[in-house]
Amino acid sequence: MENYKYIGQSVQKIDGKEKVTGAALYTDDLEFGPDLLYAEIVESTHAHAFIKNIDTSRAEEIPDVLAVVTGKDFPFKFGLYMKDRFIFAQDRVRFYGEQVAAVIARTPKAAKLGAKNIRVNYQPIDAVIKQLDSIKEDAELLHPDLENYVHVPWFFPKDKTNIAHHRKIRKGDMDKAFSEADHIFEEQYEVPRYSHCAIEPHAAVAKFDLSGRLTVWASSQSPHTQRHIFAEALSFMGIRHNDVRVIAPHVGGGFGSKAGVTMEIIAAAIATKYPGHPIKIIWNREREFFNTYQRPGVITKLKMGVKNDGTITALKHELFWDAGAYVEYAANVVNAVGLSAMGPYKVDNVQIDSYCIYTNLPPTGPYRGFGYSEFLFGLESLITQVAHKLNIDPVKIRRINAIKEGDTLAYGAHMNPNGLHQCIDKVAKEIEWDKKESSPHKNKVIGKGFSLFWKAPAMPPNASSACFLKFNEDASINILVSGMDIGQGYLTVMAQIAGEILSINPNKIRVENPDTDRNPYEWQTVASHITWSCGNAVKNAALNAKNQILELVARCKYLPIDTLFLEDEKVKCTTKANFELDLKDFIITGLQMEDGTFKGGPIIASGTFMPQFTSTKANPETGQGGHPNVHYTVGAAALKLEIDTETGKMKILKAVEAIDGGKILNPSLAKGQIIGGLLQGISTVLYEDMRFDHRGKMLNPNFTDYKIPTALDIPDEIVPILVEVAQPDGPFGARGIGEHPMIPAAPMIANAIEDALGIRIKSMPITAEKLCLAILNSSKTNINNK
Amino acid sequence: MKKINFILNGEKRQIYVEASDILLEVLRQKMGLTSPKCGCDNGDCGACTIILNGKSVRSCLIFAIEIDGMEILTVEGLSKNGMTPLQESLLTHNSFQCGYCAPGMILSATELLKVNPKPSVEEIKECIAGNLCRCTGYQPIIDAITDLTK
Ligand code: FES
Ligand code: FES
Repeated sequence: MENYKYIGQSVQKIDGKEKVTGAALYTDDLEFGPDLLYAEIVESTHAHAFIKNIDTSRAEEIPDVLAVVTGKDFPFKFGLYMKDRFIFAQDRVRFYGEQVAAVIARTPKAAKLGAKNIRVNYQPIDAVIKQLDSIKEDAELLHPDLENYVHVPWFFPKDKTNIAHHRKIRKGDMDKAFSEADHIFEEQYEVPRYSHCAIEPHAAVAKFDLSGRLTVWASSQSPHTQRHIFAEALSFMGIRHNDVRVIAPHVGGGFGSKAGVTMEIIAAAIATKYPGHPIKIIWNREREFFNTYQRPGVITKLKMGVKNDGTITALKHELFWDAGAYVEYAANVVNAVGLSAMGPYKVDNVQIDSYCIYTNLPPTGPYRGFGYSEFLFGLESLITQVAHKLNIDPVKIRRINAIKEGDTLAYGAHMNPNGLHQCIDKVAKEIEWDKKESSPHKNKVIGKGFSLFWKAPAMPPNASSACFLKFNEDASINILVSGMDIGQGYLTVMAQIAGEILSINPNKIRVENPDTDRNPYEWQTVASHITWSCGNAVKNAALNAKNQILELVARCKYLPIDTLFLEDEKVKCTTKANFELDLKDFIITGLQMEDGTFKGGPIIASGTFMPQFTSTKANPETGQGGHPNVHYTVGAAALKLEIDTETGKMKILKAVEAIDGGKILNPSLAKGQIIGGLLQGISTVLYEDMRFDHRGKMLNPNFTDYKIPTALDIPDEIVPILVEVAQPDGPFGARGIGEHPMIPAAPMIANAIEDALGIRIKSMPITAEKLCLAILNSSKTNINNK
Repeated sequence: MKKINFILNGEKRQIYVEASDILLEVLRQKMGLTSPKCGCDNGDCGACTIILNGKSVRSCLIFAIEIDGMEILTVEGLSKNGMTPLQESLLTHNSFQCGYCAPGMILSATELLKVNPKPSVEEIKECIAGNLCRCTGYQPIIDAITDLTK
């Protein structure tokens, strides 16, 4: 094991002090002066309708209202992976709450009053609310023009249907595998939509100045991707990428909701219609629920062939995604799952069909876990059911089938080094899997549930990161990167990586959230790839700086470069014990030679990273032939659940989660991800329950009716376990863990319920009410059966 | 417009407000204090928590006109002479992630520790149950507060 100074240490967050003193500024905290204008949007009151006309005249007469903008002003599409969205609805609206127009005014009050006074005349069309209805022959088409939509080459839309993408995997011989299986099990599961619920709502301020320069301040996970999409969407005005500047202050939680582009494009676009003033748009909590992204819902149908000894021989997995009105981002969730719905198992015969289906509900998109929580609910439930039917222990059946390094993935490439089996062993031990437990309370029972999980970053094959590194006079460093610290501790970890290589304490390294004018390119802060990808860019920049320093010293001091090394802000020499040069004495000013001249100059370095082995070029009918994913992060989790059989109320007595993050760069931050992520996952099972009416209107877009956990709702105990099987191409062997902790929550709770009560619940959420009804029903059937 | 007098983070202040002005908006927009945040505008999330006459309250639910003659403390005021032991402890525990809930959470816990310097874990949970945090799972915050009581 290498001896590291800063890597692997629980370094304090470099932005921690800002956050505990109230100094941290988020988008809505920035000061824009008395010239600031406000915008309010007009929302669709139908889930599906043609817009007959929009009457803006009354709004325009309201004092302090300056301009009204509608779809007519921006008649073109945008989107990340598929251009299927408009800045404002054009001839039709496709979900309840969709933006139809915006009012720009001097005060928020005037903007709101203006929005209220815009009359939109609609002609309703049949709304398609359920995804299985949407794929019926006679279903109303949401996007009749789908065949003309621009999209990435790895999507396969079905013309004249509501299917925006169909990802297929065909591996092995399914017929043979099923005929040779000793048992075949078939089940169906359902996972509804969820909301991210970052506590900071979306916020954007945009200014199109009189010289034609567009600046957007936004709460964002994707400043460069936003710049790219804004520049593309506004290119008809002659705007180039470097005319657009995105500045991203602190972000009050993202979880995927602030990735890509949603409401920010409204700010960017309307600013061009009223030049010279900053214009602010803040989403209220309601809109945060129904007009950013939601997590897509899914109905999954599974068929599994199994040998008597528990070996899985075949897996057929069909996934019908309720992706909503626009799928420019969600179609890639569907794609990612299509590639990985085999789960973390070795299965030789696999058939996956993942369908991205348009519905007249809010657009869906990336949400921590990127579809893996959704499909693993079914898969990890089914494996447990299979174990019970075959009388094999649920942990044992997982050990038998769990994937290992080198095993073939569903798309034909091979599994990366990983510690899945270690994770299983450690979790089983910590939760005392073999020990049956009963509650001392009458009416209460205890069950245990187990689940594996895995996830790969889902990205374009050439998603890249870049870093600038510059020294200051005192040998402190500023690092410029364009990932976002959305709370995960990314900035701190980047400082640790550079600090390790340059032997400088991370507390002397400043890394801040970006400004696209100053900071180099980054694709997005999503996919749990930022530690791995941007970490490699920072590592490369630091190595480059180190090389410049040592090369300069070697040249000026006539020493062989391979005898020089960095230690505690000094250059030292392996062959000369007394030799040491303080970085601060020459890092900017250079080294003085005997003749009085200086050599060197300010040390500045750069580094980039892009995976060079990935490809989405595959056979569209089988999914074989490409290498779409860079690697998978794996893990195992288990919990001990206490159930009140009279009320259905559940309490988690203990939860254990082991994750293989490769080399863990900062254990305190990694554990923070596990504890926070696990609760977010638990919340989707026990508390969050999104409701729509039959017209597609969300009924509970607020924290009173859509519950997320408080401090009183947390498990009694969470034990995070870090397993470290190095990722060969990761910085110091690291791979990402940000999304993964929440993924196993739902199946392990469903599995614990079955363990305790023999009741299998196949749809989420599993609220106390739902469980209580299931208990009542099962006791009725039990009585009837007697 | 009505004139109100109040003490904000130890300083005497006087401003004019409309009867319908919300305290959170007045603090953020007129007084330039940005630590109280808006997360819901509905009394559900606690991000807008301030201390009013010694008690933690949600400033999104209060009209500015109601605070005439009262005393307000925000995290800016709390941090004036350096961090409090509570803030230090939260910092060293890496308790917060995105930090958006932090100002409200810190003020709720500050109030608790003032009246009850040795709270039990249950009392800590009760105290911060009105402050939603989506990132941390609360445990690292509870640990930082518990550590102070040892
Ligand atoms: S903003 Fe006041 S409680 Fe949420
Ligand atoms: S740290 Fe993000 S909401 Fe609490």
